[in-house]
Amino acid sequence: MICLADALVGASFGAISVGNGFGIWVPVVLSVVVFAGASQFLFVALAMGNPIAAVLAGLLINVRHFPFGLAVGDVIGNGLTRRVIGSHVLTDESTAFALAQADPAQRRRAFWGSGVGIFVCWNVGVLAGAFGGSYVPDTDTLGLDAAFPAVLLAILLPSLRHAATRTAAVVGGLIALATALVLPAGLPVLVSLAALPLALRTRPERAHG
Amino acid sequence: MTLAPTGLWISIAVLALGTFGFRFAGVTLRSRITLSPQVLQGLTAASVILLMALVATATIFEGQAFAGASRVTGVAVGGVLAWRRAPFVVVVLAAAGVTAGLRWCGVG
Repeated sequence: MICLADALVGASFGAISVGNGFGIWVPVVLSVVVFAGASQFLFVALAMGNPIAAVLAGLLINVRHFPFGLAVGDVIGNGLTRRVIGSHVLTDESTAFALAQADPAQRRRAFWGSGVGIFVCWNVGVLAGAFGGSYVPDTDTLGLDAAFPAVLLAILLPSLRHAATRTAAVVGGLIALATALVLPAGLPVLVSLAALPLALRTRPERAHG
Repeated sequence: MTLAPTGLWISIAVLALGTFGFRFAGVTLRSRITLSPQVLQGLTAASVILLMALVATATIFEGQAFAGASRVTGVAVGGVLAWRRAPFVVVVLAAAGVTAGLRWCGVG
């Protein structure tokens, strides 16, 4: 189920990237070597106008994989090959699936199963979307430009249950909108981080995610 | 394309290496360090804020011009469906479908 959803998001990512004017290989290579959906969407949205902002924003979003790595390090195990492959297939989903299991053996199975499974589904989806998108002369007639923010919003919603984070996200969104008219492409999204102190103002109520 | 392919390659390589670096560092250091809940909360919040800013600008703007009522309506419909816990596939198809339909009807 999650695999189908990821394939679909991947397909819209591929089609949207091609619609933005990138060649087919850009979304395909990004998906194989970066393999982190949200940062890929950010990257293709910003890279045309401001590649440095695109890389910075992408890296900022992916910093969260560091604590995820800390959390599932034991599940992945030792050995360089295991750690390299395990690190690459570490995503929000594979971390969540692994940590949802009770005993170590189940955790290992959940992590590797979902990690490798999602890697395959995601990349197949992106490839299909990129090829499909290249046959559509104008992806806007299909409304794909609306699918993109809707996808991100759907991914975001669970994190918005945390009140302080929600406030900060809304204020950050407003900052980005207000500055979008005056700042060059890419910067409004980075400037939104000015709202971060709002998220840290109160003590964290409860771990979520 | 405004980006030379070499520049684009470099950008992709930096993002890929940096992302792998975060993951690998976490996996390798694991039990040796623990992050305070405040730091974890900050990292999560930073991602959420960046994504929300992207959602907001990508919904409302095309470059520095208004993106048009059909896209905004499509995203709003998708957002409401997601909030009502509709399946992911439904959210995506509804957002794109509503926007495409409105455009077909001549809405900007």
